[in-house]
Amino acid sequence: MGSTDYPLDRQDAHQDVHQAIRPYVHSDKLSFSDALYVIVTTVDHKKLGLMYIVASLIFLVIAGLMASVMRLQLAFPNGHVVSPATFNRLFTMHGTTMVFLVGMPLLAGFANYLIPLMIGARDMAFPRLNAFGFWIFLFGGFLLYFSYVGGGGLQGAGSAPDVGWFAYSPLTERAFSRGLSTDYWTLGVLCSGIGSLASALNVIATVASMRCPGMTLSRMPMFVWLMLVDSWLILIALPPLSAAQIMLMLDRYLGAHFFDTQNGGSAILWQHFFWIFGHPEVYILIFPAFGILSEVIPIFSRKPIFGRPAMVAAAVAIGFISLSVWAHHMFAVGLDSASNIFFAAATMMVGVPTGIKIFNWLATMYGGKLIFRTPMLFCIAFLFQFLIAGLTGIMLGVTPFDWQLHDSYFVVAHFHFTLVGGFVFAIFAGMYYWFPKASGRMLSETLGKWHFWLMTVGFNLTFIPLHFVGMMGMPRRIYTYPYGRGWELWNFVASVGVVLQLAAVAIFVWNILQSLGRSDSERSGDDPWNAWTLEWATHSPPPEYNFEKIPVVYSSRPLWDLKHPEDPDWEFE
Amino acid sequence: MIGPVFCLMLQTRLAEHSVANIFDPRATPAATEKNLALFTFSITGGIFIVVAALLIFAIVRYRSRIPNDLEEPAQVYGSGKIELAWTVIPILIVFVLTGVTGRVIASIEDSPQPSSATHITLVGRQWWWEVHYPDFGIVTANEIHVPVSRSAQDHPTFFTLQSADVIHSFWVPQLSGKTDLIPNRDNHIWIDPREPGIYLGNCAEYCGTQHANMMLRVIVHPAGEFEKWAVAERTSFVPAAQSNPGRAVFESLACVNCHTVRGSVAAGRFGPDLTHLMRRQTIGAGVVPLTPKNLRDWVADPQEVKPGCLMPSMNLSNTELTQVVSYLEALK
Repeated sequence: MGSTDYPLDRQDAHQDVHQAIRPYVHSDKLSFSDALYVIVTTVDHKKLGLMYIVASLIFLVIAGLMASVMRLQLAFPNGHVVSPATFNRLFTMHGTTMVFLVGMPLLAGFANYLIPLMIGARDMAFPRLNAFGFWIFLFGGFLLYFSYVGGGGLQGAGSAPDVGWFAYSPLTERAFSRGLSTDYWTLGVLCSGIGSLASALNVIATVASMRCPGMTLSRMPMFVWLMLVDSWLILIALPPLSAAQIMLMLDRYLGAHFFDTQNGGSAILWQHFFWIFGHPEVYILIFPAFGILSEVIPIFSRKPIFGRPAMVAAAVAIGFISLSVWAHHMFAVGLDSASNIFFAAATMMVGVPTGIKIFNWLATMYGGKLIFRTPMLFCIAFLFQFLIAGLTGIMLGVTPFDWQLHDSYFVVAHFHFTLVGGFVFAIFAGMYYWFPKASGRMLSETLGKWHFWLMTVGFNLTFIPLHFVGMMGMPRRIYTYPYGRGWELWNFVASVGVVLQLAAVAIFVWNILQSLGRSDSERSGDDPWNAWTLEWATHSPPPEYNFEKIPVVYSSRPLWDLKHPEDPDWEFE
Repeated sequence: MIGPVFCLMLQTRLAEHSVANIFDPRATPAATEKNLALFTFSITGGIFIVVAALLIFAIVRYRSRIPNDLEEPAQVYGSGKIELAWTVIPILIVFVLTGVTGRVIASIEDSPQPSSATHITLVGRQWWWEVHYPDFGIVTANEIHVPVSRSAQDHPTFFTLQSADVIHSFWVPQLSGKTDLIPNRDNHIWIDPREPGIYLGNCAEYCGTQHANMMLRVIVHPAGEFEKWAVAERTSFVPAAQSNPGRAVFESLACVNCHTVRGSVAAGRFGPDLTHLMRRQTIGAGVVPLTPKNLRDWVADPQEVKPGCLMPSMNLSNTELTQVVSYLEALK
């Protein structure tokens, strides 16, 4: 679509956007039963988006507390806080929850809330599919956690899955995993995966068909672009996992032998299936983070994103390359040298477009006027931490180096740098940035800075030392370790960091509650950050119908054009 | 930045501790991996310094100095030349790294096996290691005895890695990176330890409840000593044990269903071979040192020492326990 499809005079831009933001009447407070009715029956993208985000934040707190118990156990050698079986369940549930019940729904929540607002639409393309996606994700989550009550089977009372979040066969076969816990894992993840697929389809359809007049692909906000690529990646990568999980169920209950090594099945087949999902999955999780950064950094640098076309191309390139790197999780399974070299090369190649992204954010900041509000602080910490994560990723891509680092605590440190130091930090940035839009209220800047500093110090205190113990030979997923192997100090430091992170998250929760609860908390107005994308053109919180009149845009920064009629973007695009 | 400096720091600090550190290699595969690691460190460390410096510079230099400054900075949309530069340079770095990586992969994975090599078949089990020496007819557990080797072609040890149940992974950081032990599959790995000594390792692939206590040690013998060890290890159980009064008790219990004592009726294959039990340093794949007291505790109730392990408590009476342990203590 070129701009010529819309034979409107560009000087109308001012008027178009203004008509879109006429005032509306705020609805009165609802009773509890009415509110419940609204929650269960709503198909509104904003309500569903917030429901996704709230549900995943609850799961985040649960899985975070699980991690804290594990760090308590590992703070000292020969720890006895929990039994070996409990510890194994903790890390399995922690990983599964964080990936499938925190990461995936968080990105679905942000996508649902923001995409229609950003592209000037009234809702997602398939509102009911949207509601279905949310409820089946939540059902999957409940199913997984029901294993604590119903997973016993032959093993006795209540047991959650204990096979690790990537559930390697044949440990998941009935010979080694009796009872029902593995089945709860399989079915819970399968259900929440269906929700993710529904949400991904919806995003693609919405972006394809619901953009407002003038919103060509090249003018689409970066966040929408990244969610588009992300959704394609979900559509391609998730089905192999679902297929493998169904095969596993067939193995366990109908006597199939896909992964059943005692009857000639292949243990490595599961790994191929899992990682052809699992590696793109980490990009699936980081793309929304990239999207958030690409929105927040320009606003707080007061400059447009540097090299928009390159940023989009880099995202597409990462998407493609990430589909051919999965076997770097399998360098230790004894692949032949040619395969190992191929996957090493592909893995390092991903670093190139990722590097382009980092450099372009950096270049966006250059020459700008940086404003260090809380969202920007989280973005800057992201840049440092994601840089480290990317470089340790290169180290892990160097196959022989990986033979040493694989399945050690170095890997744990690496992916927590991407997923906490990257994804979670970006989510925090996004929360502080869009909370005013969703609520009409500001979050406290003072509490925000406490949150930021405690989180940054705590995170680095926990995860930097884990690189060191990994290089000193500490394998991951061990419930305890003996004294005298040089791991004591770093493990202790890592556990201390957890205390700071817990405090940070508590402050964050308090910040949200006090902003929503207090009648005198600061009101945000429609556009508190002096921003440029369409969601800031409507009210805070936006009305049910988003825009009274569908806006017409002429550049990638419609509100810049509005605010600077003497120097509009469309003159340069 | 942290890379090389940190390696040096670790090396000097940890030398005193004799810690299994990947930067303190004692065999060719680990040494080659360490060199490649340092090379990678220096490249990634360089990138870190450059990018972090640019970031810090941007933060300091371009911070907004006037509160509520309404004047917008110059709007810059991109620059083809600069973007090309930071695309091409990383591609070149990737080329170099891939080339070096490929060479090292081939040198380790495709290394030819000399006729002087010792062969070991290592079988992973929940949660211990079964060590076979097919050329000597020896079966032992958890402690791998190998000869010292002056070079990769001198007296290296070649392993065939297998698993009897789920996936495990062999990792002795100072000797070699890890390779998985996978059911229905033979994997291969080799080491050529340069110095006699004891090298600690762990199972590095999560394999169930007691993954944490699936430890192993490689005992490297000085030149000539390995053969002596092998000859002694190959013999049936010693006469002192044959005539031990506890033997009858041991053989009347279910112990023999899982354990082998060569030369006696005990021929079970599910648990570790006990023929020369007392020559080992630990029990339960490293969970506790092998002392008379620990041995007694172990036989009395393995679930106390290594919760979840597959050896059940036999509910022995005190007398039976004493007799069984005295028999085991005779298995030198």
